[in-house]
Amino acid sequence: MLKTLAIGAAFALALIPAASNAAGGSGHVEDFQFSFEGPFGAYDQNQLQRGLQIYTEVCAACHGLKFVPLRTLADEGGPALPADQVRAYAAENFTVYDAELDEDVPAKPVDHFPANTAAGAPDLSLMAKARAGFHGPYGSGMNQLFKGIGGAEYIASLLDGYTGEEKEEAGTLFYENTAFPGGWISMAPPLSDEQVEFADGHDNSVKAMSQDVAAFLMWTAEPKMMARKQTGFVGVLILTVLSVLLYLTNKQLWAPHKGKKSA
Amino acid sequence: MSGIPHDHYEPKTGAEKWLHSRLPIVGLVYDTIMIPTPKNLNWWWIWGIVLAFCLVLQIVTGIVLVMHYTPHVDLAFSSVEHIMRDVNGGYMLRYIHANGASLFFVAVYIHIFRGLFYGSYKAPREVTWIIGMIIYLLMMATGFMGYVLPWGQMSFWGATVITGLFGAIPFVGEALQTFLLGGPAVDNATLNRFFSLHYLLPFVIAALVVVHIWAFHTTGNNNPTGVDVRKGSKEEAEKDTLPFWPYFVIKDFLGLAVVLVIFWAIVGFMPNYLGHPDNYIEANPLVTPAHIVPEWYFLPFYAILRAFTSEVWVVQIASFVTGGIIDAKFFGVLAMFGAIAIMALVPWLDTSRVRSGRYRPMFKWWFYLLVFDFFALMWLGAMPAEEPYASFSLIASAYWFGYFLVILPILGVIEKPLAEPATIEEDFDAHYGEKSDAATPAE
Repeated sequence: MLKTLAIGAAFALALIPAASNAAGGSGHVEDFQFSFEGPFGAYDQNQLQRGLQIYTEVCAACHGLKFVPLRTLADEGGPALPADQVRAYAAENFTVYDAELDEDVPAKPVDHFPANTAAGAPDLSLMAKARAGFHGPYGSGMNQLFKGIGGAEYIASLLDGYTGEEKEEAGTLFYENTAFPGGWISMAPPLSDEQVEFADGHDNSVKAMSQDVAAFLMWTAEPKMMARKQTGFVGVLILTVLSVLLYLTNKQLWAPHKGKKSA
Repeated sequence: MSGIPHDHYEPKTGAEKWLHSRLPIVGLVYDTIMIPTPKNLNWWWIWGIVLAFCLVLQIVTGIVLVMHYTPHVDLAFSSVEHIMRDVNGGYMLRYIHANGASLFFVAVYIHIFRGLFYGSYKAPREVTWIIGMIIYLLMMATGFMGYVLPWGQMSFWGATVITGLFGAIPFVGEALQTFLLGGPAVDNATLNRFFSLHYLLPFVIAALVVVHIWAFHTTGNNNPTGVDVRKGSKEEAEKDTLPFWPYFVIKDFLGLAVVLVIFWAIVGFMPNYLGHPDNYIEANPLVTPAHIVPEWYFLPFYAILRAFTSEVWVVQIASFVTGGIIDAKFFGVLAMFGAIAIMALVPWLDTSRVRSGRYRPMFKWWFYLLVFDFFALMWLGAMPAEEPYASFSLIASAYWFGYFLVILPILGVIEKPLAEPATIEEDFDAHYGEKSDAATPAE
């Protein structure tokens, strides 16, 4: 019986890989190791806070996070800033338009990060889920099955993927990037070494900052990931116990109707 | 309901008799869940319960999602994000619903292939089979329209490509496409009608599921031997069967629980694995994604759709004979829908009198090849439309049609089937050993 079940399960899983291997940037995405990969991976709170700082000081100039409410910066399983810090952060960094006063007022935690369409830059709220990382091996999707789709890897690879080459085409300056599909991106290299100073003196090389901000954007895209994985873990545990109980019940139930198993 | 003789509900107390003479609903439920079921059913028979569970799961999670979702082109995408971020447990609801669709299709494909192997479509179960095929078709329509609702890039462009298929129909195509979309292109009207139908169709499916169950409760279940239950007397029938409750309910629940362990792990740990990253980009009619790929459960038929290009000689002949009315695009559409329609005709295409593939030595191998062909088509559907995939797609599509139109009719004539067991009891005992009622050793 277990054999048949195993075949059934294998059959079901075998259906899966075909689905996600069709997409694929032609760029090279480095297989960064993030703390949140895999079934038990968790966000690194300090890394998210560093990422927030980089986003605020660098990315926010052009990119919005319109789907992310500022209050969620205080959430468990996220940057988990204290409530007063979130209030201060919102008020210091962003303004929102108040229709009653007909003027821009400092943002409050109930507001979202502002949308920002400056320079045609895309919104980053969901960027980490809207891109795929390393598909391998052989495009089988196995890496994604165990580690996640890899949007954060893509973002970090992109930020760290500038070669320094530039070219001008139809009046637009393009920068060579090893991760970007097509190899040339119109975004100027946003990060440079030691551009952002961290209070704890953490590594602020481009490579380290790329990963920090990528991790932060993974959180903005999937803010409930930790709760979800916990629910997954508890559910799998309960359902496994249920399966065992049903197995024993079923065995007992059928026993009187089955003869001795002739080997 | 069943043609198999068995005990029926007997109202005992006064209240029961009162109700029974006015509305025999308790008797209906009793007869339904106590139906005599062939006791040799194997584990391939659990997927019916999984499917019933999926339908309920999708309806329940769907109804709650609708409470928070807004079907409007400007708001749909952000209302989904609202569900993911602000609604209590909303991220679980949405991931369960999205992956629930995948579980639904995994289950329906196994259920269909089980039927194809054990000859469940053969007389007298043709009606059960055809209703099943209609349910499957409605599932595809429902799944497709559901995928449009989040209003991501793949939603929008998938809708554009698939509704474009109707535009390929000669003469009426363009008018039909405009009618389906509610305008010249995929827009708010399209989103609204898809939302409405996505809510409606599951209830149509639910009604058809009742008819599906009614039909096979009238004929009785098929079983791995394909041999009929003896119906001469109640005693005889009881040697071949056990009541659905509790024997098969518990067994099916065990199967369901194991399936759900895997399902829950996917929802909890890798909920986006079966999705597509592009659908986290809000729909934009001005930007076409690099690859437009349908959900995995449509890929086999998508591969058949794309296989018939204008370079294929069958297509060229069809175009020549019809004076260009059937062009390559329309031929592909016909092939795709034909590939599904042909499954509904299998009760009359299979000429063998033996039901179960277990006793058909040649059929077996053609069947396994069909399963392989199905996976091959699924893989090819996800590949870009270029060589060598195009040629492979054509070969795999040809086998799909060949299996139903050529191989099944011929096999029935030339194949020498193996000896079937005389009764279901014989098969059951052969598997589990004869039950020695006399001396059961103490355990």
